[in-house]
Amino acid sequence: MKITDRILGVIALGIAAFFIWRATLIEEPFISDPVGPRVFPIIICVLVGLTGLGLILKPDPEPQWPALATLLEIGAGTAVFVAYAELLPLLGFVIATVFAAGYLAWRLGATLPKAALAGLAISLGIFVVFHLALGLNLARGPLGF
Amino acid sequence: MDTLHALGDGFLVALSFQNLALAALGCFLGTIIGALPGLGPSNGVAILIPLAFSLGLPATPALILLTSVYYGAMYGGRISSILINIPGDEPAMMTCLDGYPMAQAGKAGEALAISGIASFVGAFFATWGLVFLAPQLVKVALLFGPAEYFALFALAFATIGGVAARNQIKAAFATGIGLLIAMVGVDLQTGVARFSFNNIHLYDGIDFLVAIVGLFALSEVFVFLEHRAGGGVDATKVPLGRSMPSAKMLGHVTPAVTRGTIVGFLAGVLPGAGASLGSFLAYMLEKKVSGRKGTFGAGDPRGVAAPEAGNNAAAGGALVPMLALGVPGSGTTAVLLSLLLALNITPGPLLFQKHPDVVWGLIAALFIANIMLLALNLPLVKIFVRVLQVPSRYLMPTVAMVSFVGIYGISGSSFDLLVMVGFGIMGWLFRKMDIPLVPVILGVLLGKLMETNLRRELTISDGNWGALLDSPLSIAIWTCAILGFVLPLFIGRFIRPAAVNNEALDSD
Repeated sequence: MKITDRILGVIALGIAAFFIWRATLIEEPFISDPVGPRVFPIIICVLVGLTGLGLILKPDPEPQWPALATLLEIGAGTAVFVAYAELLPLLGFVIATVFAAGYLAWRLGATLPKAALAGLAISLGIFVVFHLALGLNLARGPLGF
Repeated sequence: MDTLHALGDGFLVALSFQNLALAALGCFLGTIIGALPGLGPSNGVAILIPLAFSLGLPATPALILLTSVYYGAMYGGRISSILINIPGDEPAMMTCLDGYPMAQAGKAGEALAISGIASFVGAFFATWGLVFLAPQLVKVALLFGPAEYFALFALAFATIGGVAARNQIKAAFATGIGLLIAMVGVDLQTGVARFSFNNIHLYDGIDFLVAIVGLFALSEVFVFLEHRAGGGVDATKVPLGRSMPSAKMLGHVTPAVTRGTIVGFLAGVLPGAGASLGSFLAYMLEKKVSGRKGTFGAGDPRGVAAPEAGNNAAAGGALVPMLALGVPGSGTTAVLLSLLLALNITPGPLLFQKHPDVVWGLIAALFIANIMLLALNLPLVKIFVRVLQVPSRYLMPTVAMVSFVGIYGISGSSFDLLVMVGFGIMGWLFRKMDIPLVPVILGVLLGKLMETNLRRELTISDGNWGALLDSPLSIAIWTCAILGFVLPLFIGRFIRPAAVNNEALDSD
C-alpha cells in the first residue's frame, strides 16, 4: 500500500488545477509587460501538476504515520497554538504565554505542578529578556503586559 | 591586492565594541544551539532572525550575530555526538561514528579537542576561500543579465532538489509549492492582486520570515510532541580524560583535516550541498584513504577530525554563492539570505559594490568569531556539556514561545501567527512524507526575484522567449541545471549517504 504519496499526488493535481483557474481570473492590467501577471504562476502550477502525476505513478513506500492518539496530540498542540495566537492580544503576552508554555511542558512529560512552574518561568524569562532588557514590543493585554 | 585591502577595512568594522560583543554572543548561542539535539543551525538562526529584525539591528551587526551563530552551531554539534552519541545537529552526525567510541574508551576530552581544532582549521581556511573566491564569482556575476539570473535560480532549485533530496519528484513538488506561496499578494510590476482571495492580510503576500520560522522551528516542536520526547541527558558524568592531544596525535590527524577541509569547502560552494553533505563526503573520503585497517568506526581520531573539518569548511563555502550571487546553496544560508532580504539588501554582485562594509565587515567578523569559538570550545567546553542537561520538555516550549515572540514583533498581528502555525503543521507533514523543506523556503524567498528576471528579459526581447537561451552563459547555466537535476538520479546512491535523509538537508 503506497496510498500516502498517491493521495498527495491527487492533492498536487488539485492545487495545480485550482490555482491555474485562479490565475486566469487575475485581472489583466491595461498596461503590462509582454508576460503579464498570469504566466509565471501558471508555469509553476504546471510544474506542481507534473510532480503530482509523478507521485501518483511512482510513490514512495508508506511513511510511518503515528497512532491515532499521537495524531490527537498534534491536533491538540495545534489548537493550543491557534488559541494562543488569537488570545495573545486579549490576554497580553505574560498570561497567554504561561498557559501555552505550561501546556507544552506538560505534554512533553513534566508533572502538572512543574509544568505550571515552567510556564511561569518561561513567560517571565522571555518578558524580562526581550521586553525589559532588549525593548522588544510584546503583546499588551488589558493589564499592560 | 584590493581584496586584502578591503578585508583590512572589514576588520575596522568588525573590531568595534558592539560588533565584537555580538560576535561573542553569537558564538556562545551558536555553540549551545548546535549542541542541543532538536536545535540546529537552520532552525536556530531562523528563530533569531525575526528577533534581530524587530530589535532594529542594522545590517552589519545583524549579519555578524547570525553568521557567528551559524559557525558556532557547526562547532557545537560535535559535543553531543561525542559524549552521548546523539548528533546535536545533522552535520555532526558523522562525528558520532568515531567520536562516541573514543568517549567510551575514556578519551572524550581528546576527541573534543581534536574535533575542535579540526573545526577551527576547516572554518579558518574556508573563510580564506570565501575571501578569494567570492570576488572572482562577483566578476562573473557582473556579466549576468536577467536571462542568466533566471537560469541561475533554476540551477539553484535543480541542484538542491537533485543532489540533496532522496526523491527528486518530491523536491520539485516542494519547490513548486514554495514558488506558488511567493506568488501570493500584489504583483510588483502591474499592481494587481494575485491569489489574495480578497483577504486584506494576503495583499502584502506571505512574509518569508513567517514561513521560515514555521517550517523550521515550529515543526520541530511538533516532532517533539509526536515522540513525547521530553527528557534530558546527563553528559556531565562522562569522563573527559586528557583534554589536550599530544603533538604526535595532531600530526597524525593533520592529513585528515586537510582533506576534510578541501572536500568540505568544495561541497559547501556547490549549490545544493550543505554542511551535512560536506561532513559525510569528508568522512567517506578519509575512510577510503586511510581506513584500511578497520579502525574507522572504532574510535579512530581521524574519523573525528575529517568530518568536523568538513562541516565547518562547508559552512564557510556555502557563504560564497549566497553572498556573491544571492543564491543560497543550503538551508541555513537560505535562512541567512532571508535576513538580507528582510533588511532590504539585495545580495549578489551589487552587495560587494554598494555595501563593501557589510560584506567585508562580515568576513572579518567570521575570522574573529572563529578564534572566539576555538577558545569557547577547547578550555570552556564543560559549560556546554552542562547545558545538555536541560530537558527538552522545558527547552522546546521556550523555542516555541520565542518563535511566536519574534514573529509577533515584526507585525504585531495574530494573522501572521496563525500563518506560522499553519506552516508548522505543513512542515511536520512534509517531514513525515519525506518532502524536503529547503526547496519550499528557497521558492518562497526567490520566487518573486525569479519572476521579475523572467519578465525583465522578455520585456527587453519584446516577448521573444528564445531570448532566455540567447547567450552562451545562460546556455551553460541551464546545462548545469539539467545535469544537476538528472545526474543524481543515476549516480545519487554513490554520493548520498543512506542514513542522511532529507532532514539532514533541512538542518544545515
